[in-house]
Amino acid sequence: MNKIPSALSLGIRRGGLEVRQFARQRESVVFTLLFPVILLAIFGSVFKDTIAPGVTFSQYFLAGMIASGLVNTGFQALAITIPLERDFGALKRLRGTPMPASSYFIGKAILIVVSMVIQILLLLGFGMIFFGVGLPTAPSNWFTFTWLVILGSACSTALGIAFSIVPKSGRGASAVVSPIVIILQFFSGVFFVFTQLPSWMQQIAAIFPLKWLTQGMRSVFLPETFASQEVAKGWENGKTFVILMIWLAIGVFFSIRKFRWDRD
Amino acid sequence: MSLIEVKGLKKSYGDVHAVRGVDLEITQGEIFSLLGPNGAGKTTTVEILEGFRTRDSGSVSVLGFDPQTRGNQSRQWRNRIGIVLQTSADAGDLTVLETIAHFSGYYSNPRNVDEVIASVGLGEKENALIRTLSGGQRRRLDVALGIIGNPELLFLDEPTTGFDPEARRAFWSLIEKLRDGGTTILLTTHYLDEAEALADRVAVINNGVIIEVSTPGDLGGRSTSKATVTWRDGNEIKSEKSDNPTEVVTKLSSRFGGEIPELIVSRPSLEDIYLEMIGDVRE
Repeated sequence: MNKIPSALSLGIRRGGLEVRQFARQRESVVFTLLFPVILLAIFGSVFKDTIAPGVTFSQYFLAGMIASGLVNTGFQALAITIPLERDFGALKRLRGTPMPASSYFIGKAILIVVSMVIQILLLLGFGMIFFGVGLPTAPSNWFTFTWLVILGSACSTALGIAFSIVPKSGRGASAVVSPIVIILQFFSGVFFVFTQLPSWMQQIAAIFPLKWLTQGMRSVFLPETFASQEVAKGWENGKTFVILMIWLAIGVFFSIRKFRWDRD
Repeated sequence: MSLIEVKGLKKSYGDVHAVRGVDLEITQGEIFSLLGPNGAGKTTTVEILEGFRTRDSGSVSVLGFDPQTRGNQSRQWRNRIGIVLQTSADAGDLTVLETIAHFSGYYSNPRNVDEVIASVGLGEKENALIRTLSGGQRRRLDVALGIIGNPELLFLDEPTTGFDPEARRAFWSLIEKLRDGGTTILLTTHYLDEAEALADRVAVINNGVIIEVSTPGDLGGRSTSKATVTWRDGNEIKSEKSDNPTEVVTKLSSRFGGEIPELIVSRPSLEDIYLEMIGDVRE
């Protein structure tokens, strides 16, 4: 008798399958991956101001778009597609096999990392070519960038899986999830300079991870001198790390405890 | 040896007592069919056996394992069972071959992927995307996914809904082949002819309790019930119920001097018996 494959190896297999499925859904590929680039093109063309010496709005916005890309490809995509899979009976069928839940989650995480990497490359490439955004040169910036992407993806995946229990049906999921994401983007300083927002908006945004992700991304892509323009007169990367870890823990807890395979 | 043992199984949803004390014993190598109208507790019972639902009380053993247990033991158990659920509309962007090959990777001793594809008659469709399949082909894919793990026990829920008669016959012979290969099968179906053709034993469930367990031929005293002899007498169709239909036919034959016009000798069908048992409640 052979052994049942390990949860990790099944998770990697599921990741491959998820990526293949995603790549074949042309509309969602275009929407998920190109939409942020289109937004960058629009905002970058409309707002040509410099918001501080040596800092253009395009740069500021690019940092925000990379951060919200983590939310779009992770949280938003999962919170919409998982309820659909549940409605279709796909989750129940998986539940009836020896594949463990952790493999399913690993597969989703792999899909998100892959689409995230593609999206970041697209945004950076587009930003460099059309808006003259420069890449950071300091290794410390790349170090920050790396942990932000990894922790941000993990956080976004876990919260997306956890939130997938909220929409009552697959059809309604998009209507529940999309407004939350869009409002968060407005509040978190993605579309506007964060310090120009009303303070109550800033305070609400400070509860959620997106504000911290955008701020962290600014620490990577904007010059060091801009740190003094932030609310706390600094990048607060340590605080960002702690807050993302807390949200990751919340997401993992609810994903494991509350995940539902079945509609009823 | 019994593969499934259920004693005093109960399950309520709020005030609704869906299952009110079910006892069942299913032995190795048989096709066992659970019959019952919608809302009789059939689905709840089966889903408890499949480990999809928890029970309120009673004992359940499936392959010597309590389906309610979670964790690694549950994986070992699921490795030995196969489940064909009612509907699924997922993964339309994968091909038949990709999907079945992927699912085969979940099990420790899967069956050969090509053999399984051939056995459900999807050989010509193996490179087709799932969303291009017809309803019947999709159903056969469901079955393929249910048997790819080479299960000792297979749950089949309404397997032939939406099949044309020819596909149904082909499907039945597939199920019989599985049984002959040693797989125990629990079949739930609305089609009484399907139960009659396939099942070694049937159980009728109504209002959350099992009314009777028997072979399809003996259910509800069917084999000993009166036969009906009908024939044409001039312009009239006549019929007579009898415990000794041969005697009736012999008498008629001598009266007509040989051939009896439009002779039919029938016993109640499984459907007649079933409808009588469940009190003619049908949706």
